[in-house]
Amino acid sequence: MSTAIGTPILSARGLRKEYGKEEGLVRAVDTVDIDVAPGETLAVMGPSGCGKSTLLHLLGGLDRPSGGEVWLDGRRLDQMGERALARMRRQSVGFVFQAFHLMDELTAQENVELPALLAGSSPRSARQRAVDLLEQVGLPDRRAFLPSALSGGQRQRVAIARALSNEPRVVMADEPTGNLDSAAAVDVLRLFDSLHDAGQTLVVVTHNSRIAATADRMITMRDGAFVDETNLTGGTAGHLGALIGLEG
Amino acid sequence: MLLVVIMAATTTLTLGLVLHGETNHPYERTRVATAGPDVVANIIPPTQNATGKVTQQQLRDLNTLAHAPGVVGHSGPYPVTWAVLGAHGLTASAEVEGRDRAPASIDQPRVTEGSWIRNGGVVVERTFAEALGVHTGDSIKLNGRSLNVVGIAVTAAFSPYPEICTDGCDLNTPQLSNTPGLVWVTQDEARSLSSFEEPLTYYLNLKLSDPAQAVAFTNKYNNFNSAVTPSLYTWQQISQDDGQLLKKEQLVLMVASWLLGLLAVASVAVLVGGRMAEQIRRVGLLKAVGGTPGLIAGVLLAQYLLLALLAAGAGLALGRLIAPVLAGPGAGLLGTAGPPPVTAANIGVVVAVAVAVAVAAALVPAVRAARISTVRALSDTARIPRRRAWLIALSARLPVPLLIGLRVAARRPRRIVLSVLSIAVTVSGIVAVLFAHASLDASQSGASSGLANPQSERGNQILLIVTFMLVALAAVNAVFITRTTVQDSRHASAVTRALGATPGQITAGLCAAQVLPALAGAVLGITGGIALYLAVKGGGATVIPPIWWFVAVVVGTVIAIAGLTTIPSRLGARRPVVEILRAETA
Repeated sequence: MSTAIGTPILSARGLRKEYGKEEGLVRAVDTVDIDVAPGETLAVMGPSGCGKSTLLHLLGGLDRPSGGEVWLDGRRLDQMGERALARMRRQSVGFVFQAFHLMDELTAQENVELPALLAGSSPRSARQRAVDLLEQVGLPDRRAFLPSALSGGQRQRVAIARALSNEPRVVMADEPTGNLDSAAAVDVLRLFDSLHDAGQTLVVVTHNSRIAATADRMITMRDGAFVDETNLTGGTAGHLGALIGLEG
Repeated sequence: MLLVVIMAATTTLTLGLVLHGETNHPYERTRVATAGPDVVANIIPPTQNATGKVTQQQLRDLNTLAHAPGVVGHSGPYPVTWAVLGAHGLTASAEVEGRDRAPASIDQPRVTEGSWIRNGGVVVERTFAEALGVHTGDSIKLNGRSLNVVGIAVTAAFSPYPEICTDGCDLNTPQLSNTPGLVWVTQDEARSLSSFEEPLTYYLNLKLSDPAQAVAFTNKYNNFNSAVTPSLYTWQQISQDDGQLLKKEQLVLMVASWLLGLLAVASVAVLVGGRMAEQIRRVGLLKAVGGTPGLIAGVLLAQYLLLALLAAGAGLALGRLIAPVLAGPGAGLLGTAGPPPVTAANIGVVVAVAVAVAVAAALVPAVRAARISTVRALSDTARIPRRRAWLIALSARLPVPLLIGLRVAARRPRRIVLSVLSIAVTVSGIVAVLFAHASLDASQSGASSGLANPQSERGNQILLIVTFMLVALAAVNAVFITRTTVQDSRHASAVTRALGATPGQITAGLCAAQVLPALAGAVLGITGGIALYLAVKGGGATVIPPIWWFVAVVVGTVIAIAGLTTIPSRLGARRPVVEILRAETA
């Protein structure tokens, strides 16, 4: 079992996700237990296909488990209906995807506004929140740009701003630097660094050990199961450049 | 499905085309079988005449025509009056012609059931008999006098019920309507049925040495400035009145075929657009092995042209099969229509329309597919959606389902135009049909009480078929457009759900993306339908249907589209988010 200090904000018990039947059965996530404490940055790493993205989707309520329990902010996700899950995602989870998944026809600001509008915020407050977040991620001058006019790193920063739109309890990032060059990856990791400092709970899935090393805690997966867990002293604070060896 | 959609338009077009020119055939058969007159001359009592009777001078003038140059035969003059007819609890108006018991050499009505007139017996014109529901052996009353129906017959000298008074009848009895039917009795009976209010008029049937000279003959002897001289009618005029039924059907079918053609363009464009999106990877492969943009556009267009040709052939065959049902002459004339000839010109028009539909619908997607970069085509990425900044800004102020709906709609403006066009065309057709119904209802209100109007019945049948086809094609369009929209916006929907939109909100949004254009199309269609009706109705007063009919059409359209789009939208909104996002990333 993976444990965290303090009352966990996110936890799973006996979590399973299976595809296929009998001889074709694939266990993408195989009886996983996990706890994530508030403000903690947890890195889940492992080779491609080990089930880490599936785990993230289960923890964030994007996918339904085959078995086990998932608790987020005191509510049990695996028994929720689709509508309740959607509301929970809207209020408590922010997703950052490897492929960004921005809306092509919306500007950076409009992309960031969208979750707030879906949550029922007024257009004015959604816009103000988007402006603030784009400034926070270092893109105040790119607000009116379409995703096609932004670099990969800029797109991912817009996606991070979007994930923060409704002040979620947990931000879940799936290979957030997977599509970025080294410099852009450093920018994104710096952003996560500042989020960690601000007390944001982060779950980051990556296959890059150097990125995982920036977390408070690192879990390694293989064949759908946890095979190793490491508590990292210092976490992301102040060690980013040195740890990942990207600073010149 | 492409085949069915184009075939619906080509079948209707074929029907409209083959009915053209069929209108005279049944009349000609009846004219030959009944030794129909070339000219009918009629005199009515002068209005200033205190006796209410035709004068001797008028009768002399009428008889003079029988010996006019070019006349080779005649029958009559026959006395005619009008009477209130009662049969099977129905009350109707009858034009009563007094005839000899012996057969006439000109205009001898062909008895189709029973026998010709005898004392105390009446022969009823076939269309009128059908409307009354009377048969040989039944008893009817004329002005309260009981007479036995001894026969049912057809004639080419009068238009059948209810067209007999198309050019107006001067009726003075309040119980008589202006849509009488024809009956034959003996001359004595006709004279005894006449009254001061409905005095005898006389009809003389003339045979000319050259029937083609009938118009010239009537022009020579008709005196439109005098009410006392004989009025002359040509066989061509009677034939034209007889053909009204088919002519109206033909007009409705021609208009319907153009409307269905437009709907077919919308359907095919959506279908082709959807198929092109699915084939984009194949386009990439073709390009990768050296296919030029021209070759690719040609290959893509060729498959739709082939389908169009097949649809044209099927439409021609089906139209020819259905035409005899619609081209039936009605009970007033003899014979059946038989399969009408499909001329080379008709084939040319139908094929041209089918090809035009295919080209109009497939050209843009084919050219677009041909021009796409090979790399993009191979990666099978969706086309970048259009951005409408003002719509995005407007949608931010709306509830979530409308926000989603408006943004989904704004992504593909061409599809929205097709959607609006499809609904506008359908609603235009429906509104025109409503106008036609209102006119039919109004024309029936003056008809004999409780009698079926064969024109109204046939007209209603055709309008019902046309309405059904328009609605069916529009429904198919709505489902296809929704399916394509759901498919096209699957990534946006998945991301929106990941950000917290519920499946219900996505379903409602996708429905709204169809309902909003449908609403616009329905409102446009009301105007279009009024314009369409006014453009094709010809002369006569316009009967405006009640306003609530139009409101019902708009509301009904919106409800129907919401209903039709709910299932594909719901299915689209329930697809697992992770599966879609993974597919888009791959």
